[in-house]
Amino acid sequence: MGMTVSEKILAAHAGLDCVEPGELISARLDLVLANDITGPVSIREMRQYGFQEVFDPERIALIQDHFAPPKDIPSAALYTAMRDFAREKGIVHYYEAGQCGIEHCFLPESGLVSPGDLIIGGDSHTCTYGALGAFAAGVGNKDLTVGMATGEAWFRIPETMLFLLTGKPGNPWVSGKDYILAVIGRIGVDGAQYKAMEFAGEAVADLSMDGRMTMCNMAIEAGAKTGLIAPDDKTLSYIRDRAKRPWKAYYSDPDAHYERVVEMNVEDMRPLVAFPHLPSNIRDVGEARHISVDQVVIGSCTNGRIEDLRTAAGILKGRRVHPYVRAVVLPGSQPIYIQAVREGLVEIFAEAGCAVSTPTCGPCLGGYMGILDKGERCVSTTNRNFIGRMGHPESEVYLSNPAVAAASAVAGHIADPDEVVG
Amino acid sequence: MSGLEMIKGRVFKLGDNVDTDLIIPGRYLNDPDPEVMAAHCLEDAIENLPGRIQKGDILAAGKNFGCGSSREHAPVAIAAVGFSCVVAKDYARIFYRSSFNLGLPILEAPELADEVREGDVLSVSLDSGKIRNETTGKDYGFRPFPAFMRELLEAGGLIPYTLGKGGKGGRV
Repeated sequence: MGMTVSEKILAAHAGLDCVEPGELISARLDLVLANDITGPVSIREMRQYGFQEVFDPERIALIQDHFAPPKDIPSAALYTAMRDFAREKGIVHYYEAGQCGIEHCFLPESGLVSPGDLIIGGDSHTCTYGALGAFAAGVGNKDLTVGMATGEAWFRIPETMLFLLTGKPGNPWVSGKDYILAVIGRIGVDGAQYKAMEFAGEAVADLSMDGRMTMCNMAIEAGAKTGLIAPDDKTLSYIRDRAKRPWKAYYSDPDAHYERVVEMNVEDMRPLVAFPHLPSNIRDVGEARHISVDQVVIGSCTNGRIEDLRTAAGILKGRRVHPYVRAVVLPGSQPIYIQAVREGLVEIFAEAGCAVSTPTCGPCLGGYMGILDKGERCVSTTNRNFIGRMGHPESEVYLSNPAVAAASAVAGHIADPDEVVG
Repeated sequence: MSGLEMIKGRVFKLGDNVDTDLIIPGRYLNDPDPEVMAAHCLEDAIENLPGRIQKGDILAAGKNFGCGSSREHAPVAIAAVGFSCVVAKDYARIFYRSSFNLGLPILEAPELADEVREGDVLSVSLDSGKIRNETTGKDYGFRPFPAFMRELLEAGGLIPYTLGKGGKGGRV
């Protein structure tokens, strides 16, 4: 029996020739990631349980992004804990705000993620790295602590679901965000519970690396352990000048077993909006146009990459944000921010009336930089629209792609980009 | 194999897809103190939970409990506020593994999750895999813990387990 990409990566890292879904393994990790919410907890646990050293100071990334730069005194204490630990243990990939950005934007572009890697991160959107052909999964603090100390983690080999996205979209505004919202809408928020989601097909191959990262990023929103895309020429050219370590690409065997194959044709797809309070609650943007908005957020580990900013700027150029809308733009990382400055995108956003911020997760998780009051509605390019996710429990978040978000900022209600640009 | 404890408590009941933002909202993640998490656990879902809960009470819910963020603050908050265990139809993946890694028992009992009512009293035998609804007198089973998960619970969680064994790759 052949194996899927996921099974091959997990087997290789456990020193096994083959594995089957359901088996439990202990596997060697290529990278362990922690952020400002999860890192300080695991740092405390390492000290508490007497783990003296990290397994490899070059294979741990400590990123400040959720509340960075520190929004208040308790957050500042999280950062001093990270800085002290990084100094003490010689952590190579420790980054202050201004030198990194949102972890899942920054690590791939920095060459810290490569095809075939096995990665755990103290953040659920660690699955983003599947876009590079890595097996990457979010974990809680105990896994993170043990991973940082030993370089190993336990895994249950997941069943793999294959999503074949065929065709080319007729609508120019349809993006990777719409593909993944459509997938989640089809299978539900627990449709891939404990599973690996493998994305393939012409529509996926046609996506840029940015678009692929958007898709894999939201695999967790279907309950998946990871989402991944086998490497192709685009992947290899993306990592060629970036990769910091030797790497190996894995591909699913022709006779690999998939628990389920879901085919979707994207030709007639239109931009989608996920209504409160689940990412699976999708509707065509045309069915959402009656909904007025108070805030728009463009950014996050889902849609804060340069392609996303270019799309949004293309719509906002020469236009004004609606007088009763607060529009917040958050480039995903410092390199993306610099690129956006060089391309004149930041000027376009600023002139349109957007609040442009240094990279941070901020509003996505209700941290800061755009928190919603009771009754406020937000169109956001982020990944979750749960109750209270962005602020008051009686506020509402509508998830969309960057084009719909930018058009909505101008219109003051959820808008089809064609309505604003046309 | 050492035994696992008996649990008895009153039920607080929630629905499907209870996410980790609902369990402990992001606005409180700037302070990792378990007492802070306990004070705000499920505050947008259950009014005045810290004032009403008695230590050992049981949280019941529907499917996909604990979906969303990887924050271990969620199972930590549930334990810190005083719940002895969670009974649900099934669980989101990261919440599932984090709970066992912590040593918090979480049970999969779909029939009970459908039938149990707020305020019912449940007795749970973790060893025998049985739950009795003391209020209605009905008995239920729950899906047995996989052997490795049981080892984690008996060790008191992943860190004590790791300190006791030390992983060296391969099958566990």
